[in-house]
Amino acid sequence: MLAKIPELSLVLLVGASGAGKSYFARRQFLASEVVSSDVCRGLVSDDETNQDATKDAFELLHVIAGKRMARGRLTVIDATNVLPESRRSLISLARDHHFLLVAIVFDLPEAVCLNHNAERTDRAIPRDVVHRQIRQLHASVSKLRREGFHQIITLSSEEDVESFSWERQPLWSNRKHEHGPFDIIGDVHGCYDELIALMEKLGYQVSLDGSHTYHVHHPQGRKLVFLGDLVDRGPKVAEVLGLVMGAVSDGAALCLPGNHESKLLKKLKGQKVTVSHGLQESLEQMAVQSPEFQQKVQDFLQSLVNHFVLDDGKLVVAHAGLPEAMHGRGSAKVRDFALYGETTGETDEFGLPVRYHWASDYRGQAMVVYGHTPVPQPEWLNHTIDVDTGCVFGGALTALRYPEKTLVEVSAFRTYYDPIRPIGHRSISAPSVQQESEEVLDLDDVTGRRRVATELLGNISILEENSAAALEGLSRFAVDPHWLIYLPPTMSPAATSLLPKTLEHPEQAFAYFQQEGLREVVCEEKHMGSRAMMIVCQDENVAQRRFGVGPGSMGVVYTRSGRPFFEDPRREQELLARVGRALHDSGLYAQLQSDWVLLDSELMPWSLKAQPLIMNQYAAVGRVGAVALAAADNALNQAERRGVEKASDLRANILGRRERLQQFIDVYRRYSWPVDNIEGLRLAPFHLLASEGAVHTNQTHGWHLDRIQTLFSSDQSLFQETPQRHVQLDDFASRTDAVQWWEEVTRRGGEGIVVKPLHFVSRNDRGRIIQPAIKVRGREYLRIIYGPDYSVDANLDRLRHRGLATKRSLAIREFALGVEGLHRFVQHEPLRRVHECVHAILALESQPVDPRL
Amino acid sequence: MNGFMLLTITTTHQPATDLGFLLHKHPDRLQSFPLSFGQAHVFYPSADEDSCTAALLLDIDAVGLVRTGRGQEAVTDQYVNDRPYTVSSFMSVALAQVFGTALAGRCTARPELALMPIALQATLAVLPCDGGASLIRRLFQPLGYTMSIEGTLLDDHFPEWGNSPYYTVTLTATLPLHQLLSHLYVLLPVLDNEKHYYIGEDEIAKLLRHGAGWLHAHPDRDLITWRYLKRSRPLAEAAMARLVLEGEDDVPDSPDSKTQAHPARTDSLSTERLNRVVEEFRNYGAKRVLDLGCGEGRLLQLLVQDSTFHEIVGLDVSPAALKRAEKRLHLDRLPSSHAGRLRLLHGSLTYRDRRLQGYDAAAIVEVLEHLDRSRLASFERVVFEFTRPPLVIVTTPNVEYNPRFVGLADGQLRNPDHRFEWTRNEFSAWAHDVSLSFGYQVRIEGVGPTDPLVGSPTQMGVFMRNVS
Repeated sequence: MLAKIPELSLVLLVGASGAGKSYFARRQFLASEVVSSDVCRGLVSDDETNQDATKDAFELLHVIAGKRMARGRLTVIDATNVLPESRRSLISLARDHHFLLVAIVFDLPEAVCLNHNAERTDRAIPRDVVHRQIRQLHASVSKLRREGFHQIITLSSEEDVESFSWERQPLWSNRKHEHGPFDIIGDVHGCYDELIALMEKLGYQVSLDGSHTYHVHHPQGRKLVFLGDLVDRGPKVAEVLGLVMGAVSDGAALCLPGNHESKLLKKLKGQKVTVSHGLQESLEQMAVQSPEFQQKVQDFLQSLVNHFVLDDGKLVVAHAGLPEAMHGRGSAKVRDFALYGETTGETDEFGLPVRYHWASDYRGQAMVVYGHTPVPQPEWLNHTIDVDTGCVFGGALTALRYPEKTLVEVSAFRTYYDPIRPIGHRSISAPSVQQESEEVLDLDDVTGRRRVATELLGNISILEENSAAALEGLSRFAVDPHWLIYLPPTMSPAATSLLPKTLEHPEQAFAYFQQEGLREVVCEEKHMGSRAMMIVCQDENVAQRRFGVGPGSMGVVYTRSGRPFFEDPRREQELLARVGRALHDSGLYAQLQSDWVLLDSELMPWSLKAQPLIMNQYAAVGRVGAVALAAADNALNQAERRGVEKASDLRANILGRRERLQQFIDVYRRYSWPVDNIEGLRLAPFHLLASEGAVHTNQTHGWHLDRIQTLFSSDQSLFQETPQRHVQLDDFASRTDAVQWWEEVTRRGGEGIVVKPLHFVSRNDRGRIIQPAIKVRGREYLRIIYGPDYSVDANLDRLRHRGLATKRSLAIREFALGVEGLHRFVQHEPLRRVHECVHAILALESQPVDPRL
Repeated sequence: MNGFMLLTITTTHQPATDLGFLLHKHPDRLQSFPLSFGQAHVFYPSADEDSCTAALLLDIDAVGLVRTGRGQEAVTDQYVNDRPYTVSSFMSVALAQVFGTALAGRCTARPELALMPIALQATLAVLPCDGGASLIRRLFQPLGYTMSIEGTLLDDHFPEWGNSPYYTVTLTATLPLHQLLSHLYVLLPVLDNEKHYYIGEDEIAKLLRHGAGWLHAHPDRDLITWRYLKRSRPLAEAAMARLVLEGEDDVPDSPDSKTQAHPARTDSLSTERLNRVVEEFRNYGAKRVLDLGCGEGRLLQLLVQDSTFHEIVGLDVSPAALKRAEKRLHLDRLPSSHAGRLRLLHGSLTYRDRRLQGYDAAAIVEVLEHLDRSRLASFERVVFEFTRPPLVIVTTPNVEYNPRFVGLADGQLRNPDHRFEWTRNEFSAWAHDVSLSFGYQVRIEGVGPTDPLVGSPTQMGVFMRNVS
């Protein structure tokens, strides 16, 4: 016999000991598909026959079966299963996972079982046990259907067992092999004229043949998907049904049932239903149709499948939407959800059920397209979209083109039916549905061990302890997560130089990029200020609408670890207003077709942000060193004059140190100047990272600096240019030139230079992402990093042993995460998806790395 | 980076050159001694019959300290910091190693001189003291020193940056040399509040040995012990118990009351706060309770002792605080009857957290004021909408009371991490607003002594969920 078993089934083998269940399971199913109570007994107690271990063994069996079903794997339970109570918990487990239940009943003569048992060497099963089990089996058989088994296969002889074979039956909803492209249309409700207009707009050709049958065809082979609720309320229900049935039978459309089809079908089948919510219109229009047509409609509605999984699982369509756990599953619950949605049990002031907003909790990979609830404008929420724009209520009929993700709509020609509940209305600065649902982020999205998928680098893993550290940082110190769409990657210095008195030198940076196969790099002067990420919006409304923040700000300035740059928000907004004016006056907003930008910049003076650090660390060292060295010098001078041997040597040493300490003091003083108001600030933007619809990491650094250059003329007292030099790596003169420039820059007191590939994102010839930038700091600047005396040979020799591997690996991972987050933001992905990237960068930054690098 | 510390000791006791015998170092030579953190040099800038000065110069190798992992706690992870110039415990270590015999009061050549009071002057070129000149005076004056203390600007190019926390100090007194050295040995690290190396039990022994004969009678004995042992409560308690035995004095007060950096956070107030929370929980009949922002677990400790609470969950955003709570609560050693009753969770009150649903009551003690205002809306929704326990208790400082605290400057908040502190009106407005939005009734009370003008130091809101 050939059985067809649905792919998402929990199969219970039911039969007495000795019926041959395990032998059968081994022959018929994958070893991993079978969960055996005996094996579980063995796993927990080392003895498969240990009856004392039964309770533990079954707990384990449930866990395994549950995990398998959650992952959508067919599962076979090899246990006697002859008692209703032992089946009950398995049945409810299957229901939890929306699995179908199949029983394979071994109804074999008692003698057969006894014979099998007699041949066993591993255990002896008493006759009366087998006898009792067979009695229980017979009592069970009639109950299985009522218990909820969809399919019961009975094997009543050894021949039946021998000849049994089966095949896996895909569920009706499984249409993964259909790849579209699709045009997915929301609730039509008899709006035939608008449907025809929309199909025309989408490029479909519709014709009616002699036998009044519709034919539908798209020259590019596109396919329609109807999300249900074709009927009721509207003027031309029969025409719509005719058109859709024709399209489906031509293979040009898929159709789902809605709750209105479900009710109409019941009525057509003669069941008792309340005629309301526009069913009257359908019934009146159907009544004038031929009995053949009515029968055809009934058959058609009967054949509809409650949801589809399409395009390798990347697209799911259902009338009222579907949570991820139900995708591709078949159960009454799944059907009910797909048709009616899940309600909270409460009703609103119009007496309608308050719907549970499953989409705000949706975290699945598949795009879910649905209808059912009319909305004024389709909006993305967690990769789901409701395209029912209430055509019958005077709204529009909308199609979502897949995979393009574009919307095509036809406005209703008139209002056919008055809505009971007004269709929502949004004001211009209101946050989107997505933003509203994510006003509060969920801990699940930022806790524990994580894996973030990036376009540039694939999966990036975050360890639990780092993730915890990042959560603390974000919660206690960071700006509002709505603003925090990006964090800059850490930057590695060049490998250590072996030149005398030198720890870092441009040559090592050039060598790195040359080794990675680049021929040209760009060097930019590194400003000595504090890193400032700056989001500037045209006005408050843009900030509220695009970023979902509260009123009162037109942007944000934050540090490289996501903290507010300014303590005083008024100062922040003042600076943003000035940058905003420059963006406007320069025409950059217009050129970018955006009403906001994200700038990566350096804000000076250093003392603005680093004042406590300068005072507690640098000035303190300067002062304390100067006093101590002067006192030591004085004491040694006296001893020297007394003729104490060796005092002069020690004193000479001290004089060298006093000199180096003075140089150290000069360095930190150079970067400190008092700033009482915004007038003293200097801003040097060097990356124009993103604007509406675009992440500019596909541009060269030259492009970035050119765009930024246009800002300068409108506010020369604020902006500071970033000088740059291009270097041909295989041209000795060009390299020497650049080294000389570095010497100049650092002699003038500059911090150093940053060496970058020409393109923002660069790969080596093996296709791997390389460092986005390498810094080369100046000899004097390094004194405040490594201390006044670092340049003494004995110290330098020790300092040269510094490992860069961790720093460089972090730089690349953080870079990939930063770019990923920006792409997600620009593509209007949910905030949690953006936040995940920022959280991951902070988590990586929490790893211990030498802070002097 | 290398650092220098210089101590000079001068005597005018004649013949002054006897200082060479007392210190066991020849006045005409410069001698160098290797130490674990660098080198010590001893030499004499002057040495004649009338006056003799010995100098102890420490040359501290900071690069070595960081790179070898030695003393990493002290020198932190920065090459550039003032520690190599100022870690006073380096000086103590050097005193013990270079002048060990003198410190012990022994001298073979001049045994009676070693124990005799002589005119001495000690000068420290740079002495760090976060407690300011007054603390230096407070510690040395009772020991009979006259002193000169010179402060200095942090940077004369930027006078607006103010004074540095460093002083050039000269101590003058007539006393035996070993006493001077003992005073310096104990008190230099006390002035310097930074931790240097791991403080273990043997530090108590060193403190008692070098404090013998003078520490038990010092009016700031408790402060000295407390700071010498770097604020390790168990060590300080053990040391003080033994000091009391030595001095046969009465039992000292808790050191906290005098030395806490923030007098605004007194022990008694925080205890009263926690007791009030437990009382509210009990009166309500809560069985399953949450401590949101549990910190190091002081409230949890009280809750665990009360068997009416069946399930207790502490949540905090700081993994480090949770680790300390785990220790304080001896989570690994709870008797099995208690195991499972208490759980610690890492989480954040600005993120929705499904683990917190279904509890009877939540306490949020002194947490609110640590949140940025822009995050309050999320906090409110997380607590009152998603977690939504029937009883919520929120406590926060009453800023009006701040002027009643000694040591709080005008307008200064009670803790540097506080983002705001509310007046009674502000808290009340917030509490009523939240109640209205989320369906709660709130009762507001003060915790701590009530002042007729400014109210109590802490304000507490008791939120009861409306019966739906």
